[in-house]
Amino acid sequence: MVVASVIEAIREALREEMRRNHDVFVLGEDVGQRGGVFLATQGLLEEFGGERVIDTPLAEASIMGIALGAAFRGMRPIPEVQFSDFVWPAVNQLIGEAARACYGTNGALNVPMVVRIPYGGGIRGGLFHSQNVEAMFFHTPGLKVIAPSTPYDAKGLLKSAIRDNNPVISLEHKKTYRLVRGEVPEEDYTLPIGLADVKRTGGAITTVSYGLMLHYCLEAAEQVSQEGIDVEVVDLRTLKPLDKKTILESVRKTGRLLIVHEDNLTGGVGAEVAAVAAAEAFDYLDAPISRLCGPDVPTMPFAETLEKAYMPDTVKVTEALRNLAAY
Amino acid sequence: MPDGMTNDDLLDYYKKMVLVRAVDERIWALNRQGKVPIAASCQGHEAAQLGSLLAAAKDGNCFLFPYYRDLALKMAAGLTAKQVMLSFMGREGDPYSNARQFPLQGADLPNKIIQISNVVAAGLTQSVGYALACTMQGDHTVVLVYFGDGASSQGETHEAMNFAGVHRLPVIFVCENNRYAISVPQRRQMNLDDLADRAAGYGFPGFVVDGMDFVQCYEATHQAILHARQQGPVLLEMKVERFMPHTTDDDDRRYRPRDEVEQARMRDPVVTLAEDLVRRGIITPGQVDKIASQAQREVDEATDFADTASQPDVSTLHDMLYVP
Repeated sequence: MVVASVIEAIREALREEMRRNHDVFVLGEDVGQRGGVFLATQGLLEEFGGERVIDTPLAEASIMGIALGAAFRGMRPIPEVQFSDFVWPAVNQLIGEAARACYGTNGALNVPMVVRIPYGGGIRGGLFHSQNVEAMFFHTPGLKVIAPSTPYDAKGLLKSAIRDNNPVISLEHKKTYRLVRGEVPEEDYTLPIGLADVKRTGGAITTVSYGLMLHYCLEAAEQVSQEGIDVEVVDLRTLKPLDKKTILESVRKTGRLLIVHEDNLTGGVGAEVAAVAAAEAFDYLDAPISRLCGPDVPTMPFAETLEKAYMPDTVKVTEALRNLAAY
Repeated sequence: MPDGMTNDDLLDYYKKMVLVRAVDERIWALNRQGKVPIAASCQGHEAAQLGSLLAAAKDGNCFLFPYYRDLALKMAAGLTAKQVMLSFMGREGDPYSNARQFPLQGADLPNKIIQISNVVAAGLTQSVGYALACTMQGDHTVVLVYFGDGASSQGETHEAMNFAGVHRLPVIFVCENNRYAISVPQRRQMNLDDLADRAAGYGFPGFVVDGMDFVQCYEATHQAILHARQQGPVLLEMKVERFMPHTTDDDDRRYRPRDEVEQARMRDPVVTLAEDLVRRGIITPGQVDKIASQAQREVDEATDFADTASQPDVSTLHDMLYVP
């Protein structure tokens, strides 16, 4: 075991998979010579050369379209979107094309592509360096979406994503890149896509979360445990396919559900989790399903007061847990 | 006779052109009968599509990314009239998508063709990525990507050509310029007479080609393939005429003068290629008639065949979302 940050774990995953399979290559803005603006791809150009680590022109749609075309020919591209906020010009190639290519050719083509997207805020990024973009990809049949919160999960899931023969959106919360550190095995391992992880067991309340918020949930759970509120924290890890089994098992045990995510409330992943729990664990619920999410404004603004007002945090989660416990 | 082309090629492709025209006309009739929901005619584009296809076929190491109007290209690449009819009628056995998509859309990998969607110009960056992968794999495939004048306005067309130029990829950009994007004429689409002029902006050559002349289209594509394989991208602007409305759902009387269409039809590629073959002594006028009748028989057979073919079973709706 080594202790690594999320960004180090991601970098190791990329390096290991590029060594393992010569069809794997990386492309995006600044990924080569600079090693990526977050240094996710640092060292890869030196080890694998310019043919497999490509500094592209500044044109998101074509980065995705070109990656997709390469995937049609059997390569395993890992295109990077520099910031989630810039994915929108590329959305047709991801949602309109990549997600439909297998279904639309009745299986003649498949798309072994992983799109790496740094997302999320709390870093004074303003409206265009903080966005949560997961809902649109979560909604799209034909895609898979991962959103790990720890180095161990990030490395294992990214390796699985690279080995997956379908298009995977890999969401990496940029605030966790250096902030979150943890133990990571040195030997080769993968984690299955589609399996959530109970990061804290408890009997009174189920908290479902992912990304940076997961850590605030763990902190809040620790705090309220001292007040006698026993919280189970479920880290989704994968958004699509959603691990309904783990979620429902937990809700049936506790009877109370709090969903926490940074993304806007309306139509976010939490809305689907809530609908699933209401439909399939109705008889087990002892309280209305509760959601603590980013408010319905475009994303967190630049001013410190406004960013803080937007972001869920440990204090807000704690309050939500107390309210739910008291119902 | 241009380099690499034989009399047999000319005869073979003339027969293909006649069959495609017969299929094209039949599909419109079937649409008006309610049996074919939608069709985009390639009438007027045949020389451009088939001339370029012959060059690609003779080369033997090309891959094609066509667009929705490329009926001649897709059919002549290796489909039977029966397969084409299955596709237009949305039946089981459609070679492109098993009727999940519009006709002849999806992939026909045995004939080295991909066209995923109808989002205009989305295939250009994909074709460039395909070519990139070919170079990474060390093979010498040349990719031909086809699109119309309208598609040339999309941002991704610029992005695709730009990337191909930077990496000197073996891609031939074939624009079938019929001067209409549905109803929008060229002068509202671009501030240019010749789209080929744009190639200079990407650092590679562009050529204007008479898209109504089968032999010229072959020649231009043949040369382009050699260039693309050794040196990098080429833009071929094949100037063509669109004889029919945009699709079976369009009424071009709303925007196009009738005499303009009549004028265009006087340069019918099927007629001019027949005249060319007769002039070269490859066929007689009697044989021209025979070829036409044979095509009609084949189209009749194909229509009857497809009309009684089954539709995909509803149990397959959720299949193929993912592969293992």
